[in-house]
Amino acid sequence: MSASPQLFEYLLRLGDDRLVLGHRLSEWCGHGPILEEDIAMANIALDLIGQATLFLRLAGKIEGKGRNEDQLAYFREAIDYRNVQLVELPKGDFAFTMVRQFLFDVYSYHVLEQLQSAKNTELAGIAAKGFKEVRYHVRHSSEWIPRLGDGTDESHQRAQRALDELWRFIPELFRMDDVDQELIKAGNAADLSTIEPKWRSTITEVLTRATLKIPADMPMVASGRVGRHSEFLGHMLSEMQIVARSHPGVEW
Amino acid sequence: MVITREGLLELLRDVKDPELPMLDVVELGIVRDVEIDADRVRIDITPTYSGCPALQVIEREIETTVRSAGFDDVTVNTVLFPPWTTDWVTPEAKDKMREAGIAPPREVSSARGIEELVGIRRAAPNVECPWCGSSDTVQKSAFGSTACKAIHFCNSCRQPFDYFKAF
Repeated sequence: MSASPQLFEYLLRLGDDRLVLGHRLSEWCGHGPILEEDIAMANIALDLIGQATLFLRLAGKIEGKGRNEDQLAYFREAIDYRNVQLVELPKGDFAFTMVRQFLFDVYSYHVLEQLQSAKNTELAGIAAKGFKEVRYHVRHSSEWIPRLGDGTDESHQRAQRALDELWRFIPELFRMDDVDQELIKAGNAADLSTIEPKWRSTITEVLTRATLKIPADMPMVASGRVGRHSEFLGHMLSEMQIVARSHPGVEW
Repeated sequence: MVITREGLLELLRDVKDPELPMLDVVELGIVRDVEIDADRVRIDITPTYSGCPALQVIEREIETTVRSAGFDDVTVNTVLFPPWTTDWVTPEAKDKMREAGIAPPREVSSARGIEELVGIRRAAPNVECPWCGSSDTVQKSAFGSTACKAIHFCNSCRQPFDYFKAF
């Protein structure tokens, strides 16, 4: 397979978003508010990490330097990670986790939907499988929004606070650069400009029904896509990577 | 060593899904294709869920099974497209699921859009109870003991049961 630096970069973005969010979600394992929810979060985390595995494996193949998905996940520093900052923020309380999950799931739904028809058939295959999975995720997280927003005073307050804190990380989801533009021309990237209005309309409808107030747009330049991250990612990675780094090449 | 396509598929029926030990990888639709070229054997398989932990075990099992039948040159190849769907699970396999107390997957419904997926109220899928056949059932959780199953409850016989999600 011919090396395409843009496609490699793009696959890292897709893989890292899901790896980091999957890890954050997995931090709930054994700590969920009820048993069913604990299992649900662990299952969704597993799907996300599975998707990340496939995207990163393909990234390594496209790069052509012999790196596999494990090397990419465990032996890159934070500065080499390409995820959006939204997904690396600490898991917070349950409302924060679920509101973030909902914001991301709707985004991921549209991205994977488009990528199913990518020219690169391997990318299309991973997207098609992921799209089936995200349909379950988006149903799950969207069900929690009215439950929290239109629940008790306490749950409403927590959901609103989560939304207020998360909103400034949204513009980064839809920012496009040369990598996106080049790959859209090649038929291998999602056109985020067409996704943003759909995302907004779905989010607005669900949040409004949940009696939550949509915060004002905030201009903030988060640039995780070029490796600039919050301090939280480094801490998360040190935990995520320690076993692989302490025992290189170890197998079960 | 010579083997026919049918013979190889029959051999692969010895490989069971570790999480659904009553089912083999052929009837689950995990084995996509086989190719035999003299004494070289290639088996195409497809992952069910991206993060399904059973897949690595299955891959190893397939290789071991075919090797122990006398083939040294075995390749297990992962095919991602088109993605696996529960529509490929055979009717016989669905019967076996029912016998094991798991409601089998229904036909994958034509894709519902995002508006419907995020709707506040939606009719819970009325999955038939594998124990008593009643349709008076309710979904308790979309995520169950494994990635592929949901937890349902039968209001008629008052039993919980797994539903293999249509996927």
